[in-house]
This record gives sequence, structure tokens and C-alpha cells, in this order.
Amino acid sequence: MRELLAQAWAIAAKDLLLEFRSRTAFLSALVFTALVLAIFNFARDPTAVSAADLAPSVLWITFSFAGVFGLNRAFALEKENRAIDGLLLSPASRTALYLGKTAANLVFVGAVEAIALPLFALFFNVPLLDVLGPLVLVIALATIGFVAVGTLMSSMAVNTRFGEMLLLVLVLPFLVTPVSAGAEMTAKMFAARPFAEWAPWLRLLAAYDITFVVLCTLVFEFTLEE
Amino acid sequence: MTAIPTAERALKRSGIWMAIGLLLVAAVYVRALVFTPEEATQGLAQKIFYVHAPSAWVAFLAFGVVGICSAIYLFVKDPRLDLLAASSAEVGTVFTTVVLVTGPIWGKTIWGAWWTWDARLTSTLFLFFIYLAYLVLRSAVEEPGRRGRYSAVLGILGALLVPFIHVSVYLFRTLHPMPVVLRPGKPELPGSMLITLLSSFAVFTLFYVALLARRYAWARLVDARAQSEADRADASR
Amino acid sequence: MPIASAGSPALQVAGLVKRFGHVRALRGVDFSLDAGDSLAVFGPNGAGKTTLLRVLAGLLRPDAGTVRFGGEELVRSNAAHRRRVGLISHHSLLYDRLTAAENLVFYARLYGLAEPRAAAARALAGVGLEERAADAAGTFSRGMVQRLAIARALLHDPEVMLLDEPFSGLDQRAAAKLRELLGRLRAERRTMVLVTHNIDEGLELATHVAIQVAGRFASLGQRDGDLAAYRARYAEATAGA
Repeated sequence: MRELLAQAWAIAAKDLLLEFRSRTAFLSALVFTALVLAIFNFARDPTAVSAADLAPSVLWITFSFAGVFGLNRAFALEKENRAIDGLLLSPASRTALYLGKTAANLVFVGAVEAIALPLFALFFNVPLLDVLGPLVLVIALATIGFVAVGTLMSSMAVNTRFGEMLLLVLVLPFLVTPVSAGAEMTAKMFAARPFAEWAPWLRLLAAYDITFVVLCTLVFEFTLEE
Repeated sequence: MTAIPTAERALKRSGIWMAIGLLLVAAVYVRALVFTPEEATQGLAQKIFYVHAPSAWVAFLAFGVVGICSAIYLFVKDPRLDLLAASSAEVGTVFTTVVLVTGPIWGKTIWGAWWTWDARLTSTLFLFFIYLAYLVLRSAVEEPGRRGRYSAVLGILGALLVPFIHVSVYLFRTLHPMPVVLRPGKPELPGSMLITLLSSFAVFTLFYVALLARRYAWARLVDARAQSEADRADASR
Repeated sequence: MPIASAGSPALQVAGLVKRFGHVRALRGVDFSLDAGDSLAVFGPNGAGKTTLLRVLAGLLRPDAGTVRFGGEELVRSNAAHRRRVGLISHHSLLYDRLTAAENLVFYARLYGLAEPRAAAARALAGVGLEERAADAAGTFSRGMVQRLAIARALLHDPEVMLLDEPFSGLDQRAAAKLRELLGRLRAERRTMVLVTHNIDEGLELATHVAIQVAGRFASLGQRDGDLAAYRARYAEATAGA
């Protein structure tokens, strides 16, 4: 078990080091986020639609696309010089590879979200600080569910033509639960609704995370063996 | 691998079943149109229900079959299971399309709106996206072994996703009560309509099995031909 | 270095078959090597040489046949097996944006070596790259990349080395250095399997020679001739292909 975690850690650290060296994906995700926020602001009629009503949807659309940016890089990194073979040749278990990649993706997407959130509060003028704790929890849970499935899908998509587009098609149905739960709970929190009103969504999201993290960990090796 | 003559015979046999299935579907629809009373409030439009509801059932059944075949395939690696799963996916996509076409037609006729984010239709829409993802993935991978494995992974994940989508959609609907409209959901059906409905469920299920068998037989034949091509190429090396 | 159990060959392959869909890449390969033996496999493109190597490395699962390392059958590629095998391919399997040292430390950690940094430093010194340890792998010349790849492959001290077209793209000097390194590996009693389509490159280091055509060995035996003899045999074997 300790060996598994050590290997996963080594892989995650390597991924993050590589990302830090080039920073392209991260910066693209940030620019994209700022762009989406700005466009939504221009595209709506301030008298007809209040910022607060639109805010949860905008936030979660932004997170979804930033997330897909992050997922694309995960296995694309391993394509240069066939580095993936090096990983598969090593005694590192396929599970360690999956956990390491997922962890690195979580850090990447989490970093983009951490920067997007204050920007979003700024542009849309929502009571962020009042609900910061629960909101961060909800964002974390939704991101875990989304990244767990997305990492698995990206290991398949990377080996096909038009991998990035395929990744989007594969991941889209799996976004329904995390994004709708996240958006619903965000909206309820901003409207200062009582916990009982959004508790069912939280239960759904938790069940989704448990199911898919376990499932993806189990089936990941089948995307690698030949 | 199957020999070509065996595969061709299987294809012929499945053709007969498909013809029978088609006849049964036609028969049940004749019953629905002519021998079943019209529903009081909706009139003729309600007849779509006898196609819409069974198609929805088959759409979800077909993906269940995809899920089960996928799960077994990952352990057993029998390429026939992969062909069966893919066949079920194609047939299922057709039925899903039928649901997504008949639903809005019915909705427009009785509610005046093509799409109202009705819970069941929304669920079916997302099922359609899962089917699409499955088919697109298959078309993007050439090598049969890898294609089988990737499809199986998606098949299992997709099958487990369906209940979550159901719950998400229903949760959304119950917490956001839509304006009350005539819900052609579960009308209390008098005896004759109930019999027609149950018959159409049975007939559509049989039709699905026949279509599945046909598509599968076709896939086996294509596979057998490709195998014998490869064998011939090998022998000449 | 683990020693093969007394009496059993270091590497034994029997009836190896591998299919990709309908295409048969390996159609029954058999051979047996003792520790320190070195098998050179020559064959045209498409003969299945790389497939053979990838099966031996545990990257591909064969459809039929057995592979035995020191008497132990490889049932399903596992960590223990992968520790005994090293692969050098014409791809470097390295990350261009990491330094040479960082690349090796990463692999050392994956292999669970006790002191990753020390092991990496030793490996770099072993291939004469210690001065470039802090340089990004992407800045290396092809010859240096190959040396770094060898350092990577040797980190875990494997008893079997697999080489896939190792000389491709190397200039005279780099090729000479590579030959020197491979000679050293042989002296260390490692078992080697080298595949290439270029008969000039692998012959002198080999104790055994095989010619692979269309997924099987058209000929296999101890090296008993010179380059000219093997060229003739190769031409004959590949005439129909």
C-alpha cells in the first residue's frame, strides 16, 4: 500500500513539475476562464437578468471547460518520446498511475478554480464570503467526480485521432450529475436557502463520487493493457 | 472465428425473425389504432404513447445489455461479446431516437410546446448522449482488441451512469416544480388500452431481440469475411 | 544481480503467438538463451520484431505460448517481472522538459530504489553524462539521448536487456560508444535480445542470430558466420516477403 502511494506521488509530482516548467495549459485555462466571465457579462441585459441569477450557471460552465483543458494534458504529456511505455515498463502498478494522474489533474483544475472563484465573485457581485466553506466543499466534491471519470477517459482518448474532441464527447454525459448538483447547490447557497433544501444534492454528489472513483480505479488497467 | 457459410446461414435465419417481429409490431399498432378506444382528453395524439413508451423501455434495456456484455467481455475477452454489445448499442440508439422524436411530437400536439425538459425525456436525451459517445469511441479506434476494451470500459461506466442521471433529473424536477401541465404520464388505463399497452411492450421487446440478432449476425459475417481475408494474406507471406 | 536458477535458461520462449484483431503479428516463436547470451534478431519492417520485444518486456500479452525468465513462467506481467527486464527503444521514453537527473530520479522512484538520487548519479556516471546532469533532456543530441536512455534502462540492474533498433539515428561516434556499452553489458553476464532491420549493426555483439520474417523465425542458431554469410542468408529469407 505504501509503495502504491509512493509511486502515485512520484507520478503526480512529475506531472506537476512538467506543467510548472511549461505552464501553457494552465495559462490557457486561466485566460479562457477570464474570457467566459467577461463575455457572459457583456451578453446579458442587466435589467432583464440579474447577475445573481446567472452566476451559478456561469461559474459551473467555466469550471467544466477549464476542467476539460486540464484533462486533455494528462496523458498528452506521455506521448512525447513514448514516455508512457516507460511508465508501463516500470513496476509501478496501473492503479498508482491512475491515482497519480488523477491527483495531478485535481491540483491543476483546483488551481484554476481557486483563481476563477474570486474573479467570478468580483464580476458577478455575489456573497462569496458568507458561504465560502460549504461552497468550497461542493466545488471540491464535484471536481473529484468529474476528474476521476475524465482522467480515465483521457487515457483512452489520447490514443485516438481527434483525441481532444473525443474526450469532450466521452466526458459530457458524465458531467450531468456533478455540474447540475454543483450549480443547484451554488444557487441555493447564494440565495441563503437552508441546508435541508440542498442536502439531497449533496447526498447524490457524494454517492456519485464514491461510485465512480472506485469504478474508475478498478477499470483503469483495461485502458492500458494490450 | 466463424466460418463464412455458418455466418451467412445465421444472417438468413435472423432475417426471418426480423420479419416476424416487424409483422407483430404492425399488428399491435393496427390494434392500437383501430381496436383500442380513443383517450378522452388527448384524442388521436395519445396513440403515439403506444410507440413512445415501449421504445423508451427498449432504449434503456438495450443499454443494460451493452453494460452486461461489456462487463463480461473485460473478463472473458471473447470478441463475440464485443460484437453483441456494439450491435445492442446501435439498435438502442435507433429506439432512443424514436423516443426523442415521438416525445416532442406528442408534446407539441397536446401541450403546444416541442420541448419542456420533462424528466423522462431529459433522461432519454442524456442516454442518447451516452449512446453517441459509445458509437463515436468505436469509430475512432481501429484495432479490434483495443476497440473492444475501450468500448467495454465506456459501456460499464455508462450503464452505471444511467441511474445517476435519472436521479439528477428527477431531483431537479421535484425541487423545481414546473408549471402544471397535462401530464400524459401514467393515465389510468381502462382494460382495453392496458392490454394494448402491455402487448406493445412485449412486441417491442421481441422486435428489439430480433433486430439485435440481425445486427449481430451481420457483424459476425463481416468479421468472418475479414478473418478469411487476413488468413489468405497470411498464407501468401 | 539475480542469478537464474541453476540449470534453467535465463530466457526461454515457446510457441509465442500474438494477434492484433485479424492480423497475426507473431505466429509461433521459440528460442532459449542462457545468461550472458546475446540474440540478434534481424528482419524487415513488419516482421513482428518490435511486437516480440514488447511481449518480452511485458507491454503486450501474448495470445498463446509461454515466456520463462530463469525458469519462472511469466503468467501476467507483474512488478517482479518488470524489475528483471530493461528496454531500450528508438524512442527515448524520457521527458524533454525534465533534466537528465530529474528523469532518472523519477524512474528510480518508480522502481522503488533505496536512494533514488544516488542511483541516478551512478547511472549518469556509468554512461559518461554526469556533467550534463542538470541539463534538460530536450537539449541533448541523439547520441546523448540514447546514452541517457541506457542509463534509465540500467537503473534497476535488470538481468535481461531488450533493445529495439538501438543504433537508429546514431552517428559513427555515438554508435561506437553504444557498441562499447553493450560489450560491457555482455561482460556483466546480462542476457540481451537486440532487434534491428540493419544486419550491419548487431552482428558482432551476438552469440546467437535469428532471422524473423512474417511473425516467425526463418532461421535461428549460434553465430557461425561472418557478415557476408549472414547478408546472403538474410537476402534469401526475405526474398519472398
